[in-house]
Amino acid sequence: MKKVYPDAKAALDGLVFDGMTIMAGGFGLCGIPENAIAALHATGVKDLTVISNNCGVDGFGLGVLLDNKQIRKMVSSYVGENKEFERQFLSGELELEFNPQGTLAERIRAGGAGIPGFFTKTGVGTMIAEGKEHREFDGETYIMETGLTADLSIVKAWKADPEGNLVFRKTARNFNPMMATAGKVTVAEVEEIVGLGELDPDSIHTPGIFVQRIVKGAFEKRIEQRTVRERESA
Amino acid sequence: MAWTRDEMAARAAQELEDGFYVNLGIGIPTLVANHIAEDIDVTLQSENGMLGMGPFPYEDQVDPDLINAGKQTITELRRTSYFSSADSFAMIRGGHIDISILGAMEVSETGDIANWMIPGKLVKGMGGAMDLVAGVKRVVVIMDHANKAGEPKLLKECTLPLTGKACIDRIITTLGVFDVKGDHLELIELAPGATLEEIAGKTEAKYTVSDALVEHEAA
Repeated sequence: MKKVYPDAKAALDGLVFDGMTIMAGGFGLCGIPENAIAALHATGVKDLTVISNNCGVDGFGLGVLLDNKQIRKMVSSYVGENKEFERQFLSGELELEFNPQGTLAERIRAGGAGIPGFFTKTGVGTMIAEGKEHREFDGETYIMETGLTADLSIVKAWKADPEGNLVFRKTARNFNPMMATAGKVTVAEVEEIVGLGELDPDSIHTPGIFVQRIVKGAFEKRIEQRTVRERESA
Repeated sequence: MAWTRDEMAARAAQELEDGFYVNLGIGIPTLVANHIAEDIDVTLQSENGMLGMGPFPYEDQVDPDLINAGKQTITELRRTSYFSSADSFAMIRGGHIDISILGAMEVSETGDIANWMIPGKLVKGMGGAMDLVAGVKRVVVIMDHANKAGEPKLLKECTLPLTGKACIDRIITTLGVFDVKGDHLELIELAPGATLEEIAGKTEAKYTVSDALVEHEAA
């Protein structure tokens, strides 16, 4: 089966429908699937539930889907960088489910691994724990969290081979590997597609079984906080 | 008088020990990295998936694929490793990180912390804070002793939604240092120029004063 598609539009063909759940990789604007987001924007698909640590910024990343009112619900840990998000949330147009970041990561990992629920001490005694099953293990209290899956996962990697084996780069890895495992279909966009045998099998981060479609993308890689230091003059 | 934010960060840096794996929160806690003693070796963890975080890059080293949890561009070190968010929180939740230094809006006399939301105002989210306070071996808070209106932030009970219950070990404020002793706080250090009277007037939480109270002199 051929996994490589010519562009993001082709890679999403037949996969999108109104009301679907989509996982989108990235932390802030780092390691986000820019090309699939643009292609989703172009389809006009709506009433989306989007599971992603953040929701982009105004006019970039997942922010473009917000601007187009394509998102009905976000499942995230932090959404502070987006005025249109704030407007839609406060006006009641947009639903929001906060998850602690580690709980979100583990729910996705569990979902992809066929684990429907697990216990964690994160959030015990807070509003996150309300309505959740509590259980003691060795005298400590834990709450039950459920695994998450999605109709579609869109992830961003550095390199892929035609089998869909993926290698990520630096902190652009973040949520992408777990999300690749938790989508019924996973579309990976990469900076480079290399030939079979060119990736070191011992250094592959995501094995190709988790990736159904691959596309080579073009990336803007916008920076949120450009912090630099001065070279000391000699 | 009292400690500035930078001086609080310097005091917090004294909490670090040789060999520690350390997670620093966003804001004032990031300043702690500027004050780490030269004779100790610590490794900074960034919860977006990096162990061994280096300083900000020079202009020509900026890499959009290399950021910290505050989304700032940073650099790697020779010891650096990268990993997924799930592995990152396995380190945090699993008790592998020695210390986390965080900011707070309120801390209670039993070590509860509130630092993620103010009802009725914009809610930005807890990010990794709930996982950090639940899982890291030792959690130290740096914060102003009172809020902008002059009201106490060390309370009998937090009024804001909690980030975690009974999870804080030590609090460094502009006026001094407190340890959490189960059902009350203990004042162990006074910042330069701070007085017991001033602390009494700006603290709602129940606290005792240590017999070995350290009174810092102005630098």
